[in-house]
Amino acid sequence: MCRFILARCGQAAIVLLVMSFVIYSLIGLMPGDPIDLMIASNPGATPEVVAHLRAIYGLDQPILLRYLHWLAAALQGDFGFSRTHAQPVMVVLLPALLQTCKLMLSSFIVSIVLAFTLGVYASLRPGGVADSIISLFAFAGISVPVFWLALVMILLFAVNWHVLPASGISTVGDGGFGDQIRHLILPVTTLALASTGQFTRFVRAAMIETLRMDHVRTARAKGAGEGRVVLIHALRNAMIPVVTVMALSFGSLFSGALITETMFAQPGMGKMIFDAIQGNDFNLALTGLLFATLVTLLSNLLADLAYGWLDPRIAL
Amino acid sequence: MIPAMPTTAATGTVRAPRPLVALDGIRVRFPAGRRTLTAVENVSLHVDPGETLALVGESGSGKSTLGNVVAGLQQPTAGTMRFRGQLLDKATTRAAQRAIQIIFQDPFGALDPRMPVSAIIAEPLLIQRIGTAAERASRTADLIERVGLPRDALNRYPHEFSGGQRQRIAIARALAPDPALIVADEPLSALDVSIQSQILNLLGELQRAHGLAYLFISHDLAVVYHLADPVAVLYLGRLMEVAPREGLFATPSHPYTTALLEAMPRIGRRHRRAVAIHGEMPSPLDPPSGCVFHTRCPKAQPLCSVEPPRLEPAPGRPTQLAACHFKA
Repeated sequence: MCRFILARCGQAAIVLLVMSFVIYSLIGLMPGDPIDLMIASNPGATPEVVAHLRAIYGLDQPILLRYLHWLAAALQGDFGFSRTHAQPVMVVLLPALLQTCKLMLSSFIVSIVLAFTLGVYASLRPGGVADSIISLFAFAGISVPVFWLALVMILLFAVNWHVLPASGISTVGDGGFGDQIRHLILPVTTLALASTGQFTRFVRAAMIETLRMDHVRTARAKGAGEGRVVLIHALRNAMIPVVTVMALSFGSLFSGALITETMFAQPGMGKMIFDAIQGNDFNLALTGLLFATLVTLLSNLLADLAYGWLDPRIAL
Repeated sequence: MIPAMPTTAATGTVRAPRPLVALDGIRVRFPAGRRTLTAVENVSLHVDPGETLALVGESGSGKSTLGNVVAGLQQPTAGTMRFRGQLLDKATTRAAQRAIQIIFQDPFGALDPRMPVSAIIAEPLLIQRIGTAAERASRTADLIERVGLPRDALNRYPHEFSGGQRQRIAIARALAPDPALIVADEPLSALDVSIQSQILNLLGELQRAHGLAYLFISHDLAVVYHLADPVAVLYLGRLMEVAPREGLFATPSHPYTTALLEAMPRIGRRHRRAVAIHGEMPSPLDPPSGCVFHTRCPKAQPLCSVEPPRLEPAPGRPTQLAACHFKA
């Protein structure tokens, strides 16, 4: 178990290293660099000044050398300076990360709770009325585009009914806990509905399959009540495919929900990374993307650990 | 063993000890699209304490469905089941559930892969709230040894065992609440032949030690002859013949039983099929009229396709019942 975790952490470190090089190269190979943008905003710059600036930024050096410089600094905890924000990368990134955590964790929890409740309930009578309604809801959640759903939510709850704020993270001059929660409701619901649909389908399918298994019949023969049969004997065995899907989508949640964050003006990771790439803010984009990679790797590691806990046949 | 018929009591026949389980007119139907599938039709049987009643028949004859009814896993569409003379209601169902346990055919699927063996065996006790945790633990250890597995098996998981060992675990699990009847639903057919005899002997030993009754579901007549008495033959969900073992094997009364016995492989016997059964079993969605066996019966007469025969004693053999107009 300990060896397994150590080995996986080692793997994660290697993947991160390779990813950092790939992302660094991709950004470095993009046409245009920060200096080009400076020239565009200051057309009077002479070629000497430009060359001087390039030398200061180190952009006159080969990309491999630049990468090694960056890596040496990053390993010491220095991720550089954000060009567009004129602040250290971490000062920009941490608030965005915090905001993303709030948004993603709450929508993830909401969708998991909903998906298990609905999926398990639907699986008890496949083809029944409840199952049909839940399946319809799940398909709607999967197929409705997020931007449309976000617009409809804003239109209904903020514009027509004035019950919830349309965007932002807090009201100017308020900013209390309740106020922040109110600002989270619409984006969280929008994000949760989409993944709830997908998760519900998986929970339902896995449960229907497990409920047909012989050991579930054995549990009934032991005299176990329906609740015990469903929750202890079936659900725990149905968890493995479900956990896989959830862990994978958890990782992708952190690279940001660009559309949702944009629609509701939530300053999260998705918006930050997108803006950083647009603005040739190399350091910020690079660090943001690496964080997303790290979270994906960690959630997969957690999923693997969960398998071992869920299924004794998988020895770690 | 006589099917529970009201006439028996009315004529004042002295009955053996009160039956453990008595089925009366059991019918099980399943919706199959717009049609209905009749899996079991009008079956009346009883199992006495300590006896082994065998249910034999081809696949699809309704054996397992009937076993599930007895084990409480399947609600009958019609008919009643009595346990120790009492109709099953809310209060008695719990006691019956405890006293009637079931072993399934496939020992690989029947055990929850997530549970250690100790939890699998102790769960019936936990559910029925029998004993303290310590008592349950000692009973579990006792049970695992009684089915011939070492104590350290308790800490392991089902996938670490072979088919025969898993079937032993399933038996220990069934024994846990100290049942009076075990429904054994083809407990041997998923096992290797060498293991089959071990499990068969184990079932015999346990029966002698605990006074258990078995409802033994099988299509293997050799095993049935070895273990069971009496024997009930099912075809398309209906009882064809119910008789003590010796009578049924020596002088079968129903042509279907005769055909089954003819089809039984025996060492040293020349290949001869006097009354081979022709064709396949008709669909239970659309059973034949009259006697359901008439489409394949060598003795079939015009009457058979019109009038369903009643289960009645064969001439001169009051304990051997057959549902045939022309019983031998």
